Amino acid sequence: MNNVRDKKRANKSLPFFFRTEFKVFFSIILVSTILLISTFSFDTVPPILNRGIQPATFPKGLLVLIIVLTSIIYYLSFKKPWKKEKNLPKPFFLTILSFVIFIIISKTLDFFLAIAVLSVFVSYYWGERRIFYLLLVSIIFPLVVFIFFEMILGLRFPPGIITNLYYY
Amino acid sequence: MMAPLFSSKLLLVLLFGTLFGLVLGVLPGLGPTTGGALILPFTMTLDPLSAIILLTSIYCAGTYGGAITAVLINTPGTPAAAATCLDGYPLAQKGEAGRALGMATVSSTVGGIFSVIVLVFFAPILANLAYEFGQPEYFALAIFGLTMLASIGDGSPIKNLIAGAFGILISTVGKDFMTSIDRFTYGINELSVGIGFIPVVVGLFAISEMLTQSTLLDQVFKRVALKAVKLPTKDDYKKTWKTILRSSGIGSFIGVLPAEGGTVASLIGYSEAKRFSKNPEEFGKGSVEGIAGAEAANNAATGGAMVPTLALGIPGSATTAVILTGLIIHGVRPGPDLFKEQPEFLYGIFGAMLVANILFFIFGFFGAKIFARITLVPNKILWPMIFAVSVCGTYSLSQSIIDVWIMLFFGVLGFFMRRYGFSVVPVIIGLILGELVEGTLRQSIVIFDGNWLMFLTRPIALTFFILSLIALAFPLIRSKKNKKII
Repeated sequence: MNNVRDKKRANKSLPFFFRTEFKVFFSIILVSTILLISTFSFDTVPPILNRGIQPATFPKGLLVLIIVLTSIIYYLSFKKPWKKEKNLPKPFFLTILSFVIFIIISKTLDFFLAIAVLSVFVSYYWGERRIFYLLLVSIIFPLVVFIFFEMILGLRFPPGIITNLYYY
Repeated sequence: MMAPLFSSKLLLVLLFGTLFGLVLGVLPGLGPTTGGALILPFTMTLDPLSAIILLTSIYCAGTYGGAITAVLINTPGTPAAAATCLDGYPLAQKGEAGRALGMATVSSTVGGIFSVIVLVFFAPILANLAYEFGQPEYFALAIFGLTMLASIGDGSPIKNLIAGAFGILISTVGKDFMTSIDRFTYGINELSVGIGFIPVVVGLFAISEMLTQSTLLDQVFKRVALKAVKLPTKDDYKKTWKTILRSSGIGSFIGVLPAEGGTVASLIGYSEAKRFSKNPEEFGKGSVEGIAGAEAANNAATGGAMVPTLALGIPGSATTAVILTGLIIHGVRPGPDLFKEQPEFLYGIFGAMLVANILFFIFGFFGAKIFARITLVPNKILWPMIFAVSVCGTYSLSQSIIDVWIMLFFGVLGFFMRRYGFSVVPVIIGLILGELVEGTLRQSIVIFDGNWLMFLTRPIALTFFILSLIALAFPLIRSKKNKKII
C-alpha cells in the first residue's frame, strides 16, 4: 500500500511532460490527429451517387470521440494521478529487438530462418543456456510446426534461402 | 440434442478440444481466446460443426483450466480465474489443495451445465425476437453492446470506451463496403482488404503476453503440492449449494451481456457469495464458498456469452468473438435464420458444450495433477514455441506476411495498452462489431432519408438507446462509490 502511494507521489512530483498520463494522452492525441487529418484526403462520392454519409464521416466521428474521451481521462488525471509504472527491464527491449530482427530476416532472407533466429535469441536472453533446449526451440519445434502447417493445411510459406531447399 | 455428437469424429474433436482447452487454461498468459485464435486456421480442414465444436470445447475447458493454476500457484491461468486465487490458494496452503480443486471442479461443472440450459432456452427466444429487428434496431443493439463494455467491463469505463472505439476504427481500414473507396490504406495494397481479425487477436493476446512475460522473468512461483483432487464433503455441499446456484445465474446473465464475460462474472459471483455468506470473515482465508462463487460464475458465463453470439451475431466475450469469426469463416451466419434453417447444427453445439463440461469434470478430477505439471515448462522455452505457432497460424489464414507484421504491431500496442490500464477486450469486441455498427448506421440513414431523429420513432431502437444511456451513466454512479472512473 505504502509502495503504491510512494509511486503515485513520485509520478506527481515529475514535470507534467514526464508523467505517464501526459505521455499516454499525447501519444493518443498525436496519432488520432494524424489519422483525422488523413481522413480529409479520402475520396468522396459525388452527390448524385451519395446515399447516406460519405465514407470518411464515420471514421472522422470515431477519431473525434477518441480525442474527446482521451482529453477527459487526462483532465480526470489531475484529480487522481496515475501510478508510476516500473521501468521496463532489459529482456523486454531485447524481445522488441528480436521482433525487428525477425521482420528484417523474414523480408530479406527467409521466413523459417527468421523464426529460428528469434526463438534462439529470445530463449537465450531469457536465460536458457542448454544447447539441446536452444536447438529444440529454434530448429526442432519450428520445423515440426512448419511441416505440420505445410502438410495439414497445404500451406505454402514465402520463398527464402532455406524454404526453397524444401520446396525444390 | 446429442444425436449429432454420436460420431467418432466429433467425439474425438470434442476430446481434443477439451484437453487442449485445459492445457491453455492452465498456462498463465494463454487462455481460450488466444488458443481459439491460434487453432482457427486448423479448423479449415474440418467441417463447420466439428470446427465450432472444437472452439466451444476449448472455451469451456479453458475457462475451468485457469482454476488449477489459481489454486496451486496463486496465479490465475486465465483472467476469469483471478477471483479463484483469493480463496483457492490460501486453502491449498492449509494442505487442502485437493479440496479446493474439488470444489472448483464441481462448481465449474454445475455453472457450465446451468449455462448450457440457459443457452438452450433463451437463445431461440432471443433469435425469434431478432425477427423484429431492422437495420436501426441492430445499430442500436450494437451501440448498447459497446456501451456495456464501459459499464461492466473490467477496468476504467472511459478507457474501455476508447479501446472499443479504436476497435471499430480498425474495422474501417480497407475498402469501404458501400462505395469501394480506400480508407487508411496509404497505398498499401494488402490493406485494401482490411485488417484481419486473427492477426489482431493473436497480437493483442499472445504477443503482448510474451512481452509481459519478458518483464516478469525474475518472478518465482510458489507451488503447493497436490496429492489428489477430492470431491466436496456433505458439509461443503450444504455450505455452498446456494452460492453455486446464485453464481450460475449471475454468470449466465453477465455472459449474455457483451462485456468481458467470465472475468467480470467471477468477480461479481465472488463478491455476491461474500455478501450472502454467513461467514464473510472466512473469505480471503480459504473459504470454499469463495471458490464456488467465483468458479460457478465464470463457467456459467460461457453458455451465457454464446446466447447473443448465436442468436444475434453479437459476441458476449472475446472468446465468443473468435467463435463468431469461426462461424463466419465456415459460412455459417449467426442469427434467427440459423435457428430455423440449421437446428441440428445448433443442437450439435449445445450438446458439445454439455459434454465438454462433463469431460473437463472427469479430466480435472483425475488429471489435475498432470495438468499442473504443464506449468513447470519454463517461459524461456514455452514462449518462443508459442511465437512460432502464432506466426505460422497468422500467416496461414491469408498467406500474407503483412498479417504477421500486423500481429507484431498489435502485440507491442497491446502490451502498452495493458501497461497503462486499457483492456484489450473492447478492441476485439469493437473490431468484430465495427462493420455491423457502420453498416447498419449508414443503411438506417438511407432508410430515414438523412433524418437522424427517425431513430427515436422505432420503439426497440429507442429502448436500446435508453439502455445505452443507462449503461453510460452507471459507471458515474458506481464511481461515486468506488472512485474509479479513470
